[in-house]
Amino acid sequence: MLRYIALRLLLMIPTLLVISLIVFTIIQLPPGDYLESYIAELQSQGESVDPEKIAFLREHYGLDKPFHVQYGHWLLGLLQGDFGYSFEFDMPVTQVVGDRLVLTVLVSFVTIIFTWIIAFPIGIYSATHQYSWGDYGLTFLGFIGLATPNFLLALVMLYLANVFFGTSIGGLMDPGYIDQPWSWGKVVSVLEHLWIPVVVIGTSGTAGMIRRLRANLLDELQKQYVVTGRAKGLPPFKLLTKYPLRMALNFFIADIGAILPSVISGAEVVAVVLSLPTTGPMMLNALQSQDMYLAGSFLMFLASLTVFGVLLSDLALAALDPRIRLQGGVRR
Amino acid sequence: MTTPRGSDGTRAVTHYVSQAPFDPYSIEALTPEQERYYLASQWQLMWWKLKRHRVAVISGVILLVLYGSTLISEVVAPYNLHTRHTDFIYAPPQSVHWFHQDKFVGPFVYGLDYHLNMTNLKREYRENKERVYPLQFFCRGEQYKFWGIFESQFHLVCPAENGTLFLLGTDRLGRDMLSRIVYGARISLTIGLIGIALSFVMGIVIGGVAGYYGGWVDNLIQRMIEVLRSFPELPLWMALSAVLPVNWSPLLVFFGITVILALLDWMGLARAVRSKILALREEDYCTAAQLMGARPRRIIARHLLPGFLSHLIASASLSVPSMILGETALSFLGLGLRPPITSWGVLLNEAQNINVVALYPWLMLPVVPVIIVILAFNFFGDGLRDAADPYK
Repeated sequence: MLRYIALRLLLMIPTLLVISLIVFTIIQLPPGDYLESYIAELQSQGESVDPEKIAFLREHYGLDKPFHVQYGHWLLGLLQGDFGYSFEFDMPVTQVVGDRLVLTVLVSFVTIIFTWIIAFPIGIYSATHQYSWGDYGLTFLGFIGLATPNFLLALVMLYLANVFFGTSIGGLMDPGYIDQPWSWGKVVSVLEHLWIPVVVIGTSGTAGMIRRLRANLLDELQKQYVVTGRAKGLPPFKLLTKYPLRMALNFFIADIGAILPSVISGAEVVAVVLSLPTTGPMMLNALQSQDMYLAGSFLMFLASLTVFGVLLSDLALAALDPRIRLQGGVRR
Repeated sequence: MTTPRGSDGTRAVTHYVSQAPFDPYSIEALTPEQERYYLASQWQLMWWKLKRHRVAVISGVILLVLYGSTLISEVVAPYNLHTRHTDFIYAPPQSVHWFHQDKFVGPFVYGLDYHLNMTNLKREYRENKERVYPLQFFCRGEQYKFWGIFESQFHLVCPAENGTLFLLGTDRLGRDMLSRIVYGARISLTIGLIGIALSFVMGIVIGGVAGYYGGWVDNLIQRMIEVLRSFPELPLWMALSAVLPVNWSPLLVFFGITVILALLDWMGLARAVRSKILALREEDYCTAAQLMGARPRRIIARHLLPGFLSHLIASASLSVPSMILGETALSFLGLGLRPPITSWGVLLNEAQNINVVALYPWLMLPVVPVIIVILAFNFFGDGLRDAADPYK
């Protein structure tokens, strides 16, 4: 087991390196850099530009250096926990980002739990009642969830929540609690607001998960040991829970890797619509204004979040499934 | 029949001799139906199987109709894409009635009376039961240039003389939503097809190379795919489309977005191609081709690909929806297509704030075709995949 963990951790290093290279290439792609547009903007407003500050920034972040030097600089900074400098906010990226990352993780985590809670019983029902009306209905419902664009669902739910529950529009808590220390009231307020993004983001992932769980469980239910068990008179419920379900459970954990990217993608769009204080809106902004280090750090963070999530799910899987543990490989 | 007797009076055993010519294979001969089945080509078999999948057929027909409508959008839409009706800004959908004062008139709409509510400055429209505007079919309406080539006035449906016909309401510039949705289908539907064509080619080439050569090439490509797949798609799309220069023409942006969507979609196909080729390249016919001196490109394209092309097409049709949704999401965020190019995402961009949901909910209607198309593609792709699988 230790060997397996070490192997996986080692494999992550090149993965993260390649990701960082891709991220840096992308944020470098637009012509010009932020300082140029910054100077142009200041000059158009008739304000004076402090050449010393510009020169300092250019020097400090090596904007005048060739690509590979800049990349090396950024990477070294990342390793030391220095995410660079946000030009737009005039602050180190770590300070700008701070809480948002925590909230992104919170929303993603709760969403995955929600997806599980919904998908698990529905998937089992669909598999055990294959081709029944309930199966068709639930599958169709799942498809509808898959087909509805997240952002629109978010808008409608926001409106409904406001009309029926009086939840304040936008944000992750009532405006009164922003910048307040954590208290019971604030937690309740966050919970009140949290369910909308969670439901909205969860719908798309849930459909896929139901389908995969159903297919997996159906495969398992057709195996001979199930037939044998039934022939020997095992009660149906026990027959289901004893082996096939446990096999399907493994897959459930392995599936985190598949839904995590989509959860985070969905979270970004929904966050823009709902103006959640997560990474979405700020990243959109940073991308558009070429605030490269801020955008780059966000992208890097989101990608690493998925990589770590997949790692965790693989480790959990290895702990549960001896076949993986002993072979030292990953099975999907 | 009398039994012939031998000379000694014993009864001889009767023999039956068939006069028909002797055919040793008569038992194995096929009935015409069986023959038709066994001799049918792979595509023929797929088609027969697909026909039995009712949901898939219905979805296929819906898709055909929608794609067909993009060829004649100008004729289907009652108004032009950019026609403004300044007297009818944010007009609600006009519903179609059949009976006027208990008398059958055929499909018609009532005229709208505009009234500005002075307390909250809301535009209010009320149906005027006096004015009856029957719909006209196959009629001459607004002039348009068909595909930008020749001018015509022919429409499927037009409003009555001096009347209006906003079946799905109007937007903030008084443009008819129905017409805009019909025109938007052109962009939204084709972007998925062009994108999938691009990613199809990329997937076959990259997956083919990985599967055929194996070894470190395969390893490298596999790792690359893993890394790319671990990226959350949408932020990456956002980043890439933020890269597109602002001064590009809308058409260039359209192609840029298509390429971006394709760039992040080929991985699944490449994996499928790779695993199939890995399995097939060990077959005898492949070795035979190799011994006869065929080049890798010929072996892949000529001998291996046809074996699973049908399966590939089926799985490709399953990833069209994610492209359409991707375009919609990007345009919604203002990162994708921009007006004057009109796609469903661009239309939904107008429905971005909560006021719209509360006051002008019909601006959200472009989501209906999006849902229909995505459902149809999913069901159709599912059916196609089942039909393409020879072992079921």
